[in-house]
Amino acid sequence: MSEQVSSGQNMAVFLKGLWEENPIFVIVLGMCPTMAVTNTAINSLAMGMSTLVVLLGSSTLVSLFRKVIPDQVRITTYIVIIATFVTVIDFLLAALVPDVHKELGAFIPLIVVNCLILGRAEAFAARNPVGLSFLDALGMGLGFTLALLSIGIIREVLGSGSLFTISLFGKGFEPWVIMVLPPGGFLTLGFLMLGVNRLKKKKA
Amino acid sequence: MADEQTNIPAQGGKPEPSGFRLVATLGVAGLVSGFCLVGAYLYTLPLIQAAKAKALEAAIYEVLPGCVRYDAYDLKSGALVKAEGSASELPRVFAGYDKQGERIGFAIQSGVPGFQDIVAGIFGYVPETKTIVGLKILESKETPGLGDKIFKDEAFKGNFLKLEVEPEIVLVKKGEKANPNEVDAITGATISSRAVVSLLNAGMKDWKGTLDKEKKK
Repeated sequence: MSEQVSSGQNMAVFLKGLWEENPIFVIVLGMCPTMAVTNTAINSLAMGMSTLVVLLGSSTLVSLFRKVIPDQVRITTYIVIIATFVTVIDFLLAALVPDVHKELGAFIPLIVVNCLILGRAEAFAARNPVGLSFLDALGMGLGFTLALLSIGIIREVLGSGSLFTISLFGKGFEPWVIMVLPPGGFLTLGFLMLGVNRLKKKKA
Repeated sequence: MADEQTNIPAQGGKPEPSGFRLVATLGVAGLVSGFCLVGAYLYTLPLIQAAKAKALEAAIYEVLPGCVRYDAYDLKSGALVKAEGSASELPRVFAGYDKQGERIGFAIQSGVPGFQDIVAGIFGYVPETKTIVGLKILESKETPGLGDKIFKDEAFKGNFLKLEVEPEIVLVKKGEKANPNEVDAITGATISSRAVVSLLNAGMKDWKGTLDKEKKK
């Protein structure tokens, strides 16, 4: 079997995660971190990047061993692979960037149960060659990061009156505290989904 | 092949893999994973401990303004003895000294359950005036953007620059602080604010009796 694919196809696999099949706005996967850590832009970015790294690592490994792993134990094996990556990243963040690790706290270990990662392993990496799986993970991971970041920016600007902790409006601004609370997450996500769906409908 | 269907292991066509193969696959995966984890743990442990020790040292200087040098003491059967080694099972307190070698006060570590997990911090206590002169939260998983204001909000931190501990520290609604032993709570993060106050009161309960007896040397 040839593993050669045209560059156009590669591009399509990479791009679909960014817009057409965006993990948050379209597939609606990985909602737990989406709600929990998007109340500031910097947290969203750090969470998105950590997820991206785990996704790249696990998708590549799953794809690499897809013919060796028997079907009956594949989910268990995927979880072992994902959990290993997450724990190693947890250690590394704590050792190398303690401040970021302190920020994200409990949410790093929870990347293990982010269904986006297991979802891509099962739906794509287990059935496709390594190169394509890597591109798929890259596209999905970046799409996830961008979506988290857009939610995080809106919530931080409205809820704290700042962006990346730089104050925007001065002292006269009364922050919408609700935006940094859980309801603000649901509201923002809902309106963004509405916008994305309208745009997609117009195009179609 | 880009086709998503191409490489699905055939469900019916292939013979069932032996039980041994299933167990072996999981065993190998677990083994490799175990080695990776142990490796990462051993590699990062000294780095994490160094970062923690550095954070603790910086915190001691921060909560005792004017401090240039400190000694660690362990509490052994009711008395303070000079600490040996970097860690011990005994409760530990740090005495801070200024440039002239005068003792400024003590840095006390304490921890209580907060909104999410243990909130742990260190604070500076001056036995002569019975006041708290600084507080630094070392560990907290409080809600980002809300509960984490206990260590981000400058106004809240201002509560702990000169706070009397007698008869005990009391949390009041924001803007209602009237007495030197009261702390203004953070709007929307009452539980986290309360955790900070009980952290201080718990630390004082553990140490006040011992430290107030310590004469300046």
